[in-house]
Amino acid sequence: MTPLFTDNGNDIDIADVRKLTDLVKQRYGYDFKDYAMSSFRRRIKRVLELYKLKSVDKLIAILDSNTDFFEEFISEITVNVTEMFRDPTFWKILKEQIIPNILLSHDKISIWHAGCSSGEEVYSMSIVLQEMGILDKARIVATDLDTAIIKKAQSGTYSMKNMDVNRKNYQRYMGVHSLDDYFKEVNGEAVMDKALMQNVSFRRHDLVQGAVFSKFDLVLCRNVMIYFNQTLQNNVLNRLHESLFKYGYLAIGSKESLIWCEIANKFIVVNNEEKIYKKIKD
Amino acid sequence: MNFNLPDNKYKAIVIGGSAGSFQLVTRILATVSKDFALPIFLCLHRLKHVRNGFVEALCIKSNKPVVEPYDKEPIKRGMVYLAPANYHLCIELGNTIALSSEDLVNNSRPAIDHTFETAAYVYKDKLIGILLSGANKDGALGMKKIKEAGGLTVVQSPEDSLINAMPSAAIAATNIDYVMPIDGIIDFLIELDRSYKMANI
Ligand SMILES: C[S@@+](CC[C@H](N)C(=O)[O-])C[C@H]1O[C@@H](n2cnc3c(N)ncnc32)[C@H](O)[C@@H]1O
Repeated sequence: MTPLFTDNGNDIDIADVRKLTDLVKQRYGYDFKDYAMSSFRRRIKRVLELYKLKSVDKLIAILDSNTDFFEEFISEITVNVTEMFRDPTFWKILKEQIIPNILLSHDKISIWHAGCSSGEEVYSMSIVLQEMGILDKARIVATDLDTAIIKKAQSGTYSMKNMDVNRKNYQRYMGVHSLDDYFKEVNGEAVMDKALMQNVSFRRHDLVQGAVFSKFDLVLCRNVMIYFNQTLQNNVLNRLHESLFKYGYLAIGSKESLIWCEIANKFIVVNNEEKIYKKIKD
Repeated sequence: MNFNLPDNKYKAIVIGGSAGSFQLVTRILATVSKDFALPIFLCLHRLKHVRNGFVEALCIKSNKPVVEPYDKEPIKRGMVYLAPANYHLCIELGNTIALSSEDLVNNSRPAIDHTFETAAYVYKDKLIGILLSGANKDGALGMKKIKEAGGLTVVQSPEDSLINAMPSAAIAATNIDYVMPIDGIIDFLIELDRSYKMANI
């Protein structure tokens, strides 16, 4: 019988979180110190439950002695939940306003998906560009911290169960075809059309510590910074700002905001409902 | 009913509800006065893909402004915050709200358990948790956390609830301080409001 309430009772102390982030930093170089406590504590608790560990100290001991475990730890500690065409109206605005605006002054378009997770956002973008007939004009870079999730994104294989939400979102976005035209069902899984990925390069990149590596016309960093505290949000936003050409666009999640960020004065709001900003100052 | 409300002890209220709770929340918001001191966090089950309309509907009869907060929005006294569609609403350290797109919990995002648990962690014994009518067990674990942190727990009585699964699950999960019909919950809030005003004179 499954218990009615699965809860091991132990709450995670801030002191334990500190010990863990210190070990991870010192041993592996990743810095989770400034992740938002409310979700990060929950993620740690989840890892403890998943691997049946009794305490954070046990987790620290395993991370310290078993380096193979670290990649799994990263996969479990990060939140990878995503959808194709999440916030359909956002994608509509991209197609009708933002991308045409960029192409007014350029014949090519460069796009960065920062925190691309399993790639649904990237496929959505390629489908938009394909339907606009400009996929060949695009250079797309998609990055994430989590190596395993990038592999998943590259394989472009999703469970059919998830395709229901994706189809509904695509319909609400008012795509010109059917989402089914872009994948084949193989052994109960949806395998995305590889041609959509012709101009996409996936790579591992850490938003917290990674250097600015290029400049883009459009940066999407949606539902990534909600897992950071305000200090870290400010730091990462500075980096995203640097990664944009002047007059380039930044898109964040629909419930994220730049209002409280120092960098806000270097952007103007292009669409407040969909949280699209334009860089106006270097 | 007499309520034991120590002067100005509480710092926040969290309210959870699902099927059958919308009318109740409307009533609650029409009851609490404009200058009601505590912030109220509402986590109500809602359709994932409908972003607009809900907060507007709650505002119509509310004495207080109701907003769907942004991530890391600073918490203000006397505000009412509604968990937005498709995000969990959590209380973050440093007096802010954090949103999260983590997996559904009890089939729901926003999940009441996440709101309640994080609020219990931050506000400890200075939190009041209220759970209303609803169709699953979301909120029960959260109520347990509020109780364990020393907060005050209030549940709509199952007989008074349109759908009693949620209240019943909470009652089974932990000790509830007040199990009462919605009229009792309204009286409780009026009393709470009055005690804050008295203490401020
Ligand atoms: C919730 S997903 C967002 C997916 C997609 N952008 C969306 O809105 O649906 C957040 C992603 O951010 C990634 N992430 C977390 N910390 C990161 C970091 N420091 N650098 C890069 N990516 C990070 C996680 O691995 C995860 O895949």
